[in-house]
Amino acid sequence: MSKYMVNLKINNMPVSVEEGTTILEAARQLNFKIPTLCNHPDLTVAGNCRVCVVEVKGARQLSAACATPVSEGMEVFTNSEQVRTSRKHIIELLLSEHNSDCTKCQKNGSCELQSLAFEYRVGDHVLMSLLKPEDLIPDISSPSIVKDNSKCIHCQRCVRTCAELQGVSALGVAFKGNHQSISTFLNKPLNEVVCTNCGQCINRCPTGALTERNNIEDVWNALYDPNKFVVVQTAPAVRIALGEELGLEPGHRVTGKMVASLRKIGFNKVLDTDFSADLTIMEEGFELLNRLRKVLVEKDETVKLPMMTSCSPGWIKFIEHIFPNLNDHLSTCKSPQQMFGAVAKTYYADKVNVKAQDMVVVSIMPCTAKKFECDRPEMRSSGFKDVDYVLTTRELGLMIRQAGIDFASLEPEGYDSILGESTGAAVIFGATGGVMEAALRTAYEVVTGREVPFTNLDIKPVRGMEGVKEASIKIKNVKPEFAHLEGVELNVAVAHGLANARKVMESVQNGTSNYHFIEIMACPGGCLGGGGQPIPTSKEIRDKRAEAIYEEDLNMPIRKSHENPDVVAIYEEFLGEPNGHKSHDLLHTHYKVRNRY
Amino acid sequence: MTMETKKLKKVDIIFENIPGLSYSILEKTIKRNPDDIILDLIDSGLKGRGGAGFPTGLKWKFTKNEDNPVKYVICNADEGEPGTFKDREIIERVPDKILTGIAICGYVIGAKEGYIYLRGEYNFLLKNLVKRVEEFNAFLKKIHLDFKVMIRSGSGAYVCGEESALFESMEGYRGEPRNKPPYPTVAGYNWKPTVINNVETLVFATMICHMGPEKFKKLGTTDSRGSKVFSVSGDTPIPGIYELELGMPLHRFVEEFGDGDTKAVQIGGASGFCVTRKKFNDTIIGFEGIPTGGSMMIFNSSRSMYNILHDYLEFFCEESCGQCTPCRIGCQQLLKGIEAVKRGERPPSYLEELKKLTATMKIASKCGLGQSVGNPFNSIVDNFREEIIY
Amino acid sequence: MSTTEVLISELVEKHGRTRNSLMPILQGIVQQEKFLSEDAMVSVARELNISAADVFGTASFYTFLDTVPRGKNVIRVCKTISCHMKNKDEIIRALENALKIKVGETTHDKEYTLLTANCLGWCHKGPVMLINDEVYPELTPESALKIVNEHMHSK
Repeated sequence: MSKYMVNLKINNMPVSVEEGTTILEAARQLNFKIPTLCNHPDLTVAGNCRVCVVEVKGARQLSAACATPVSEGMEVFTNSEQVRTSRKHIIELLLSEHNSDCTKCQKNGSCELQSLAFEYRVGDHVLMSLLKPEDLIPDISSPSIVKDNSKCIHCQRCVRTCAELQGVSALGVAFKGNHQSISTFLNKPLNEVVCTNCGQCINRCPTGALTERNNIEDVWNALYDPNKFVVVQTAPAVRIALGEELGLEPGHRVTGKMVASLRKIGFNKVLDTDFSADLTIMEEGFELLNRLRKVLVEKDETVKLPMMTSCSPGWIKFIEHIFPNLNDHLSTCKSPQQMFGAVAKTYYADKVNVKAQDMVVVSIMPCTAKKFECDRPEMRSSGFKDVDYVLTTRELGLMIRQAGIDFASLEPEGYDSILGESTGAAVIFGATGGVMEAALRTAYEVVTGREVPFTNLDIKPVRGMEGVKEASIKIKNVKPEFAHLEGVELNVAVAHGLANARKVMESVQNGTSNYHFIEIMACPGGCLGGGGQPIPTSKEIRDKRAEAIYEEDLNMPIRKSHENPDVVAIYEEFLGEPNGHKSHDLLHTHYKVRNRY
Repeated sequence: MTMETKKLKKVDIIFENIPGLSYSILEKTIKRNPDDIILDLIDSGLKGRGGAGFPTGLKWKFTKNEDNPVKYVICNADEGEPGTFKDREIIERVPDKILTGIAICGYVIGAKEGYIYLRGEYNFLLKNLVKRVEEFNAFLKKIHLDFKVMIRSGSGAYVCGEESALFESMEGYRGEPRNKPPYPTVAGYNWKPTVINNVETLVFATMICHMGPEKFKKLGTTDSRGSKVFSVSGDTPIPGIYELELGMPLHRFVEEFGDGDTKAVQIGGASGFCVTRKKFNDTIIGFEGIPTGGSMMIFNSSRSMYNILHDYLEFFCEESCGQCTPCRIGCQQLLKGIEAVKRGERPPSYLEELKKLTATMKIASKCGLGQSVGNPFNSIVDNFREEIIY
Repeated sequence: MSTTEVLISELVEKHGRTRNSLMPILQGIVQQEKFLSEDAMVSVARELNISAADVFGTASFYTFLDTVPRGKNVIRVCKTISCHMKNKDEIIRALENALKIKVGETTHDKEYTLLTANCLGWCHKGPVMLINDEVYPELTPESALKIVNEHMHSK
């Protein structure tokens, strides 16, 4: 159905837009940029920062361009004298309660308030400082997220992110007037509330009020220590986003340059989390097949279906808080990061002849929750902390700049071997639906001896940015040992963003779902939209990253996890079989029950 | 300049209390065509008595015209403007007239539920009001009007008097005003078409249905029809509640209520305007001059206008909802600013910077609260500059 | 179940589990307990299936929905302009001396909390105070003390 078109003028230029379009969007069509702060493409409209105010002819007040729909015959002025005066005032007001120690701020150079202040040349601070002394002490309780109220401009983007995208609402708005603040429950430290550490708030914070815990110095110190053997693993979603930190457009694959720069920084070995992603598929795929057998054949009621993926530590903390009664549905598999750490400090340490205590494992992750995950007490299977430090994609970008590396001119290099081998299946872990697709590519083949019945191995129904995706695959002509699965219609679901996860969990809890296997990623778009990824983020940017991931997959010589030679080798030489005794010691874990409130 | 000026005339429409009158007005009115009732209201010239002054008949008409099976009538009894206390008195003395107004509105617009949002500070009124509402609902049943009145309480938040903030509060959220449009007539409580009227407005609606628009229209001026209940406080020997014809010049008011030493009158509460002695003669109380929700606060020459402005600004700093930048931070800057000027930490010329800031607050704030803080600020700073500085 | 939980389940029973019932539920708790304890807010969050931060954020918006402990009786003296002009400071000072607490504090026996409030709507009869929901207009320091004294001895 076609919508009504509305005709209006913006800065005397006529434009015709669909009914319901906001002034902000209409101005964009004419290439007039109206500044915004509280507005974010992923979130509902708030209209509270007021920096986007424009003049509408005939109106007594200015209108917030982000919140005002166009109307027929409207005449809008985006740069009139009173608009500019108001805008400058608003920026000055925000600065008057802002801790403008920009040179010390993590967001220096990428702060939206800073660039507005620069654009409007707000230099002389005539207004009084309203900075509250109690706000000057940041909350550093969380291993993932630092909350610094002295930088907060109260735009509520974080609050809307936590509520609308993640369905968590660990952050809210508290009190009113001059006491209004962005607060957790009773203003408790972040590590004591239901925060999942997903970092989506960081991705959408316009200033330095929410940033990741920075571990760059820890990593440099490890590199400087002559007694340490420092290996680095890189997650699938880093290679398609790192370029954005270093001046490239979204959607560039920079795998080879990333490897080269890590080597230049001085890591002893540059290895790939893709290896352990493939390992995860083996463990998780066989776990699924075991669960199916136990439920369908042995009628074992202690075994739960649907099984749910466990790669995303934000999701894990979410379920532990919100749906702890469903913990048994989680695959016991550790995430690829932690499988890597456990293998690195055992199997790999032997291979390279380094003592586990002398090895430092650094992960480059698109994720802030991984910082929390590597600190979990369960994650010490090697007898040591399996993964020592986690850096986000953003931190790696900074480290590369600190190291003075000219990223653009680097010649691509390959990963070290072993534990540097990747497959297309592992790469797509970075996108929502990727784990599901990789698992199906392997599990279907294990069960039937044939490749999954999808053109080019591309399991399209589980791809894309829809919040909850469903698919079913009929299993036919199975191998004799899987006779119990003959004719079974395997129902799967994929959800990304915890608000979507919540919907799926509610359907599992009230018994209205018929799924066997569910993939959940905490972040919108999956890891490619992770809380540690380059800022800004938007659907368009995430779409480009996803394209890059599937391109990388398509270009890989090996595209199925069970064909990864490093994976084949580790089972032959070390682990024995998937879900075997050694696997259970090193590669599997258990979950906690946490408070929902 | 010709001005339509009135003498001060006391009126008794609101509080006239004849037992059973309200119920009979209701029975009579719901036999009429809703459109005729709207026409009467429009004809009467009744404007909202909460302060904003939107024509009541139009508000009812817009809501009636919305095609939606669910609509609401809400009586805004969140009277919080400093200096205003007339709604409390109306609720205490003539609750049935309010309830009748709510039910008539419900009948006219096609709503089945009406609410009174009573500020938490008036909880002591609840006991009696609940009783009256129960009796009234029973009466509605008896006369087969498919309508019910319910009471909701506030909990101490001035901004909830702003209609969209009030809806948010009723829906269980922080009382933060919404973006407009949409307006309440289209999307109000529960995002359904809603008429929200001040307590006094609803009583006038009842009384216009009773006495007809002509009698009401005879009172007041072209722009300000009828009478209005005033809350008179401050330096006056006779503080209290008075129903007065609209459109009187301020000097008549001061003659009646002042203590002989009146130096200024704050019209419209903390968010209203301060008028000084030299302007008493040419200030009309009404929509053509300075409108008010009822608050008339009188100051004599012993009062420090700095202290008064300081009080107002403290009030706004605390009662701003805090969501929008101009209001949340602007109020604090104004308060800190006059303190700094007083202490000599900022030059007197800083007051000009602050006045420019109020201009931004007026046009860029999200709701009426932030938009009106400049009213007291500028009218006090302009008229009593010396008192602010020294 | 604690008494708070019993109270909350009764309130939920009465008002329902939708978001629209949040305010009446919180008001009902404050009516009984004078403030919202951490446990109370958690229980409400659980009953309404919303986050605790959301309950806290909503409650703390409203001056009368205290989220810090209060005494069994809460005295609120109006501090806004008309009452200020009528010497509310003297009333506050008298009450502070009598109760041996400052504004914002609670007596040792947890009986009385002394607070100030914005305009209570009695500008013609200031200064005014509320003790819980009851209103006391036209105060003098003496009458305020007498009222509080009588209140203390009325139970």
